[in-house]
Amino acid sequence: MSETGAQTVAYVRDTMLPAAPAPEAQSGAIKWLRENLFSGPVNTILTLLGIGIVYFLIVTFWDWFAHSVWNAGSLNECRQIIAATWGEGARGACWAVIRDRWNQYVFGFYPQDLYWRPTMTMGLMMVALAPVLFAPERRIRRILLVITAAVTLVSMIALSAPAGWLIFAAIVLIGGLWISERNVLWLLPFSVVFPLLGVWLLWGGSLWGPIFVLVGPILGWLAYRVMLRILPAASVIVAIIVTLLFWLTLAGEAARDAENLLSLSIQSVRSDRFGGFLLSVTIGVSGIALSLPLGIMLALARQSDMFLIKSLAVVFIEFIRGVPLITLLFVASLLLNYFLPPGTTFDIILRVIIMVTLFAAAYMAEVIRGGLAALPKGQYEAADALGLDYWKAQRLIVLPQALKISIPGIVSTFIGMFKDTTLVTFVGLYDPLKSMSDAVRASTDWKGIYWEPYIFVGAIFFLICFGMSRYSMYLERRLQRDHR
Amino acid sequence: MTDVSAPGNPPFRLSMLIYDRRYRSLTFQVIVFILVMAGLWWLVDNTIKNLALLGKNFNFGFLFQRAGYDIPQTPIPYTSDDTHFRAATVGLLNTLIVSVLGCIAATFLGIIVGVARLSKNWLFARLMTVFVEIFRNMPLLLWILIIYAIFTEILPTPAAYRGEDAAWSMIFFDHVALTNRYTALPTMAMTNDPGSLDLGARITFNWATISFAAVLILGVIVRRMIRNWAQSVQDRTGDRPRTWWMSLAVMTVPSLILIWYFGLHLVAPELTGFNFTGGLNVSNALVALWLALTLYTAAFIAEIVRAGILAVSKGQTEAAYALGLRPNRTMNLVILPQALRVIVPPLISQYLNLTKNSSLAIAVGYMDLRGTLGGTTLNQTGRELEAIVLMMLVYLALSLIISGAMNIFNARVKLKER
Repeated sequence: MSETGAQTVAYVRDTMLPAAPAPEAQSGAIKWLRENLFSGPVNTILTLLGIGIVYFLIVTFWDWFAHSVWNAGSLNECRQIIAATWGEGARGACWAVIRDRWNQYVFGFYPQDLYWRPTMTMGLMMVALAPVLFAPERRIRRILLVITAAVTLVSMIALSAPAGWLIFAAIVLIGGLWISERNVLWLLPFSVVFPLLGVWLLWGGSLWGPIFVLVGPILGWLAYRVMLRILPAASVIVAIIVTLLFWLTLAGEAARDAENLLSLSIQSVRSDRFGGFLLSVTIGVSGIALSLPLGIMLALARQSDMFLIKSLAVVFIEFIRGVPLITLLFVASLLLNYFLPPGTTFDIILRVIIMVTLFAAAYMAEVIRGGLAALPKGQYEAADALGLDYWKAQRLIVLPQALKISIPGIVSTFIGMFKDTTLVTFVGLYDPLKSMSDAVRASTDWKGIYWEPYIFVGAIFFLICFGMSRYSMYLERRLQRDHR
Repeated sequence: MTDVSAPGNPPFRLSMLIYDRRYRSLTFQVIVFILVMAGLWWLVDNTIKNLALLGKNFNFGFLFQRAGYDIPQTPIPYTSDDTHFRAATVGLLNTLIVSVLGCIAATFLGIIVGVARLSKNWLFARLMTVFVEIFRNMPLLLWILIIYAIFTEILPTPAAYRGEDAAWSMIFFDHVALTNRYTALPTMAMTNDPGSLDLGARITFNWATISFAAVLILGVIVRRMIRNWAQSVQDRTGDRPRTWWMSLAVMTVPSLILIWYFGLHLVAPELTGFNFTGGLNVSNALVALWLALTLYTAAFIAEIVRAGILAVSKGQTEAAYALGLRPNRTMNLVILPQALRVIVPPLISQYLNLTKNSSLAIAVGYMDLRGTLGGTTLNQTGRELEAIVLMMLVYLALSLIISGAMNIFNARVKLKER
């Protein structure tokens, strides 16, 4: 058979052919287009629809963005420049309003010669956050801290900060970088002190106030150490009582006396001068920092075996979650005076921070409760089997895992809260979005300007919120411990 | 347990309140209870003192005084001579109107966007991602303000629609006109009006509305009976009778008959003088608020829907195909029940958020509950405490009702685990 075959076949290939390239339609860009854009009639229609949407957006907005004016003193001047450059009837964006009023959008009505103080506070905040937020990777920490230091110092010089404060900021920023290169956890004491320092730098006044606020917990800790020897079970309660008693009775007078002895004060700034993103960030950051611990406590209380604690937590959480934030802000601005002893007044920003914190904490509690519930029962039982008491079990075994599970929810609560800081406009504070834009429009120069301020403020909110959500994704990947 | 080595119950000592785990939680709860009561007493005491200092008292009598202000949009008849109570009711109804409309529209848009984000079409999926990220990461207030500004600044006055070659023309086959003060929508009219049912307090329901509602409810009940019958036939014989045409007929035919009987037809708005008349002129405050709430919430719902669909593993679809189910039965019987289990709980909280966010109506001057009871009424009567407490309680009740109703629904779609 084979012999006859060999004779009848005229030609037998004895070398392998090289592989031919795939057909045109099955490779490269065409294949990608066919698979991703035109794989069927429905897909083709969707693609055309998508192209239509993009085309419509470009046609509608392109010339407006292309005809941007950055240098003008008023909206009329802007319009004249646009008409002169691109012809009569041309539309254009007048970003000059941002150039003209950027300081109000950033600092509100904060005194101009003190702009360096919030700037420095922001810079120091990044150092304080270093051990908390971006602890795991030295490289990221280095990049962020170097950028922070450079930006802060340059802008402080540009804002003509006094030399002494410039040196102070340089020491803290560069020192923070130096410490973070060695062991970032050594920065934790600074993170603890920073809130008081920040409050002092932003509002000004006497340094003795924050110092004596700090003295309270120190006394409490001493009381705790002493009580551990005498009556350990009551030590925590005694420590809290000592701290509160000190704050309520002695701290104010002591601060005044110390101030009389040795004046350590800087120019004070009233709360109604705050505005713009300074206000949003102040409220947002304090709310975030305070609502997380409160939310954890509420979540634990709601999971507790003790009936009374559990019911109190449920009532509180459901009440706060059941009403709009606006009504809580109205409580802060209108009703708190009823609930406090006659004659007490306290700062409106502080009231708003308290309300925003309570609001975010209730949502946070639900998110963390989800994390606690998602944890396998075996983890709780393992903690019990190891003989850990309640707090140790929570701190060492339950919470680290539960919090890790709830990171996405926690961060979206933060994002929601930061966006909600714009609502303070309704209790008379100058948020960047509405009040500040209204204030800008109230001047004759910028009467009738709508889109540019909204787009500017919206873009900044977008950057911050989008950044936060990306950070939470990074954190999730970073903390992933399960099998990959 | 009777252990020989156990010394029996030791006599009770005071220190056991702290050191014995049996009593410790009790002690702790008693202490917390005392502290909470003390705190509450302190607050109430302060409030009483403050009220006395201001010469005020705590009563809700103001609700039955004359309101004396007008409300632009009144779902039930209301004049400025009515009471504050009626004004608050109008406000509550306005809150409900914008919330319900917003929830419906946001659900539709959210489902479309969520599914489109999973589409294999690269361009469309990217566009939807951009939509979701932009709307999720900017404050709702910004969207309300921008959309309201578009309505008031860009749209024309009604006069722009006048004349043969008008600058603007009506959309949707000459039925809808967008102007800078209101959106003129077509309205329903009847040639054979059956009159209205008077519920007292000047609240009336047209008999036509009532009969449509009755017919719809009856239709749903009959449809369920048809389905049960089909199921029983299938259980008995193995063949499922075709029922879709019966269901369709039950749901549509009676309504069509009613439409014919009442002579129901659309009346398009017409420009007479300086305004559109004949149709329904919806204030732009409502339209802008509704649009902003819809777009903002839809972005969140889209993510929920996407997560829900992704949560159903591909093996489920493949298993259903292997059993010989058709694609639409696979969707109805296999994928949706499992996806809904993931989707419904967060969807409930989005509905709640939308309802609460509707209080941002303050930014556009839409008279909702906060605008009436917590706004003009509060300012006119000076009763901050009562007005705000009442407003919060109403919102709270609203939230509890919504979450209660949705939880019942959730319990029904939940996967039955044994």
